[in-house]
Formats: sequence, C-alpha cells, structure tokens
Amino acid sequence: MAVETAPAPVVEKKKEPLFSKKNIRTLRDPLDDNNPITVQVLGICSALAVTVQVKPALIMALGVIFVTAFSNLIISLLRHSIPTRVRIIVQLIVIATLVTIVDQVLKAYMFDVSKKLSVFVGLIITNCIVMGRLEAFALANKPWPSFLDGIGNGVGYGIILVVVAVFRELFGSGTLLGYQVVPQWAYDMGYVNNGLMMLPPAALFIIGIYIWVQRSWNKKLINVS
Amino acid sequence: MKFLQDFFDKVRPNFQKGGKYERLYPAFEALETFAFTPPHTTHDGVHVRDSIDLKRTMFTVIIAMIPTLLFGMWNVGYQHYQAYGMEMSHWDCFVFGFWKVLPIIVVSYAAGLGVEFLFSVLKGHSVSEGYLVSGLLIPLTMPVTVPLWMVALGAVFCTLIGKEIFGGTGMNFMNPALLARAFLFFAFPAYMSGDIWTDLSPEAGRALVDGYSGATNLVTFDENFRNLPSPSDMFWGFEQGSIGETSVAACLIGALILVGTGVGSWRIMLSCVLGALFMGYLFNLLAPASMPNHAMHTPGYYHLLMGSFAFGTVYMATDPVSAAHTEKGKWYYGFFIGALTVILRVFNPAYPEAVMLSILLMNVFAPVIDHLVVEQHIKSRLKKSKLSRA
Repeated sequence: MAVETAPAPVVEKKKEPLFSKKNIRTLRDPLDDNNPITVQVLGICSALAVTVQVKPALIMALGVIFVTAFSNLIISLLRHSIPTRVRIIVQLIVIATLVTIVDQVLKAYMFDVSKKLSVFVGLIITNCIVMGRLEAFALANKPWPSFLDGIGNGVGYGIILVVVAVFRELFGSGTLLGYQVVPQWAYDMGYVNNGLMMLPPAALFIIGIYIWVQRSWNKKLINVS
Repeated sequence: MKFLQDFFDKVRPNFQKGGKYERLYPAFEALETFAFTPPHTTHDGVHVRDSIDLKRTMFTVIIAMIPTLLFGMWNVGYQHYQAYGMEMSHWDCFVFGFWKVLPIIVVSYAAGLGVEFLFSVLKGHSVSEGYLVSGLLIPLTMPVTVPLWMVALGAVFCTLIGKEIFGGTGMNFMNPALLARAFLFFAFPAYMSGDIWTDLSPEAGRALVDGYSGATNLVTFDENFRNLPSPSDMFWGFEQGSIGETSVAACLIGALILVGTGVGSWRIMLSCVLGALFMGYLFNLLAPASMPNHAMHTPGYYHLLMGSFAFGTVYMATDPVSAAHTEKGKWYYGFFIGALTVILRVFNPAYPEAVMLSILLMNVFAPVIDHLVVEQHIKSRLKKSKLSRA
C-alpha cells in the first residue's frame, strides 16, 4: 500500500496548546485507525522476526518508538534547510545515527537481548515506517506535532508487536516474559506447546486475525483497502 | 419419510420470523435440508434447477470416502495386533479400529460444525455444507494416535482460517481439510510424524514383537528405498500410515464413484498420476549410476503407491473450490501436483508428506493457471478472427 499523501502544511497560528485536539489525534490515529502495520501494512518483516518472545518484542518496540520520535523531530527542525533533492540521504543519515545509538545502548546494557534481536535493530534503518513518516509528516509539519506523530506511529507498531509476541510466546512456549504461565498439570494432561507458533508464518496468521477483528470492529476501516 | 416431513412442518413456525427461536433459523434450515431437497424455485430466467445441490454433492464425496474409511478402521486394528504378534480375525481388527477411529470423527465434526453453526447464527446466513466433507477428510489424514484435542484444534482452524475468514464455503482458496493437516503437522510435529502410526495400547500379557518398527513407507523410503514393502502390499495398504491413506485400492474405488457420478474431475486425477509418473521415470533416467541406493532410482510407479499419493489425488486435489476451474487448467494443475510431489519426496527428506504440501502450493497457483489459460484462449481466438477477416 502506498504511503499516505502528505497532509497540507499546518496553517500558522499564534498559540496552539501543546495537547490540542489535532495533536491528540496525531498521536492517537496510528494506534488504531491508521496503524502502520495493520492498516498501512508497513514493517511486516520485523513483526515476523522479533515476535517469538515478548521481551525482545518490547525492546524492539521501544527502539522503534525512540527512532521514529526523534527522527521525526530532527527532520522537522531541519525541514526548511534540507534541499529537496538530497532529502532522502539526509533522512537516512539521521535515522542511521539514531539506530546506531539504540544498537550501542542495547549492546552496552542488554547484551543478551541485543544478541536475540541481532540484525533487526540495524534493520530499523530500512523500516518503511520510519522513512514513511518522515516523508509524509515530518517534512510538512512543525516539530512538536511531528514528534507526537513519531511516538504515535512507534507505539502503533509496538502494540502489534507485543500482541503478536504475547500470543506466540504463550502458545509457542507456554511462557510470558520468560515466566511459566501454562501450569505443569496442563502438560501432564497432555497439552503440548504449539510448534507452529515458533515459526514466522504464525506471526502472519496472528496479524491477519488482528486485521480481521480490527476491521469488523472499527467502522472507519470498512472498505478501506 | 412422511413422519420426518411432518416433524419439520410442525417445528418450522418456531424458527421462522417472529417465532421463538428465530435466531436459530440457520441451524434449523441446515438440519431440514439435510433430509429434504430445499423447496426453492427460480423466480426469473431459466427455470431448470438441478436437484444435485451442494449438500447432495457433498454426500456423494462422503460415500466415495467410505471404502477408505472402512479399510482404515480395519487396518488400524490389523497393525495393532501385528505389533503384538497376535492373530486375530478380520472382524476383531475392524472392531478395534472402529472404536479407535470413531472418537476422532466425532470430535472433528463437533468442533468444526460448532464453529460453522456459531458463524451462521452470528452472520445470519445458512449453514454451509462444506464441512460435511472436510469433517471426514480430517480424521482420515490423521494418525490414529493423535490426541483428540488436536483434532478439535485442527477442525477449528480449518473452518475459521481455512474458510470463514474468506467468506465461507466456496470462497476458500486452499483445501480446508488439508490446511488443518498442514497446521497440525507444523504445530505438533512430534504427534504427526515419527513412530506414532500404530495404536500401541497395551494388550494384557503381551509385549511388542521384536521386529516391530513404527516407520511408514515414506520414512523407509527416505532411508533406503530398497527396503520398501512390496508393491502389492503398498497397493492394498497392509502398512502403517494415516487412517485413510494406506490403501490405494480403497482410494481407487472412491475415485470410481467420484468420476462415475461426475463429482470429481477425472482430468485432475489422471494428470496427477501422469505428472508423478513422468517425474518418477525422468529421475530413473537421470539417476546417478554410481549411487545405486539414491532415491532417484525408485521405480517411477512406486510413487503412486507410496504414502498418501492416491488419497491426496482422489479426494484432496479434486476439491472443486480450490482446484483449477478451466478444463485445460486442470491438466496443468494436476500435472504439477504429481511432479512436485515426486521432486519433494526425492530431494527433501525433511518433509516426507510431499503430497500435502504440493497440493496446497498448487491451490495457491490455481487462479494463476486459470488466468493464463483464459488469456491464452482469448489470444488464440483473436488470432483466428483476424485470420478469417483477412
């Protein structure tokens, strides 16, 4: 699906409260109505790869929130001084710098998680969500709404990641965040962990079902393709 | 039949508009049309209605599956007593198998139909009869030792993800029963492959015979095809495997019924066989002479007898919904199923059940095949018309 077209530049107003109605909407829309994964169908690859367990999914979500929020902020601050012809390169440099920061922090303080996420932290650079938001929003909006938009999209992405990871970890290994949730007596009765949940296709199934539920429940999304 | 008619007439008002159980009308309608052809008449246009509606088509398929089912029950008992080295009468074998297989069928129907009824009541459409066949196909593709809750999970997955999510019977692009099996195969590999094919419930005062091995012929095939059972054994099905898959003979009876009644497509069945034979013999030609035990040396016709090739070809590949629809497309569709099956069997020992995977893959490709066939047809007609005009 194409990235949504850039909204019209915000009309300059004297004083807009920090959490005006529009800003709240910028923050809230990507959580459900315009979710980057289930509605815009971006960033699927990492949603398949890092959602086997909840913990890496959470860390990954935090990393993406950080990157989308601050890259949006920085690009929005620079938006008048970036020549349009080289804007992609500038955007990439900003994103790459932020991703490197995330990667280094993870390596320094959470080495085991960093190993699990392996290449996928680095691949945030290529995550379509980040660049999509820069192109679609940050280049045309003021820093504060851009920052909120970045947080909103990061969280919208993170919600899906965590939901998928909860299902996959619960049914795939019977644990949540590493704690045993499915009791031993269930295993004694003959319950078995679902091996399919450990495989990437399971994430596709769960995202598919999520989209199904979301669209039959959210009236705004009906007939939006 | 009169008393049935009377009964339905008596309770019908309860389910119709304004009746006590109005919401349950789909359920009532499903049960009623189970017994009687629905009294629909056409309102405009052509006034011919074939009395072979979906429900009766499905029943024909079920009748065609009965030979494999009966044989499967007998074979379950036979393999069980063989493993303990006991000589039992055919009847005893059958009764043992009957009581082992029956719960699987009941659970499969209960779980799947439960989901269907739930959806039809929620969405207000009539219960579709598609599950009648899937509900029997699922048990036939299971090993007899499968835990019942897995069957239920598979049946729910089959109806929910395989069908309802796309809009119900006739909208699915993959064979739902096969999808259920693939789901269970990947979800619970320990229960769907390995030494699980014979029911080994203990017999008083008996121990397993020394030579007992829990391997199906496909596992044997992966190790060394020269140890395979004799072709006649594989043809009649005195071997281990899923409940319905072992006997090629029983599947052939089913194929006769399906082809005779026109419910199953003979083109698909024939082209599957041709595809497998072609690949099998091609590999025979190409097989490296320096490795006499390489799987490529397997005589081509063995592939027709091994594993579930016959079962998949007759009952799964011919599913009218998920197969190719054009006559020419059916040839390609079947041929690729057969050829792919042999390729996967020979070169990928990790997934011995190649029939399942290649049918599912070709299900995905069926619309493309149809599209290409139609396009090609249009092109050739255009060419012809241009020629005649010129």
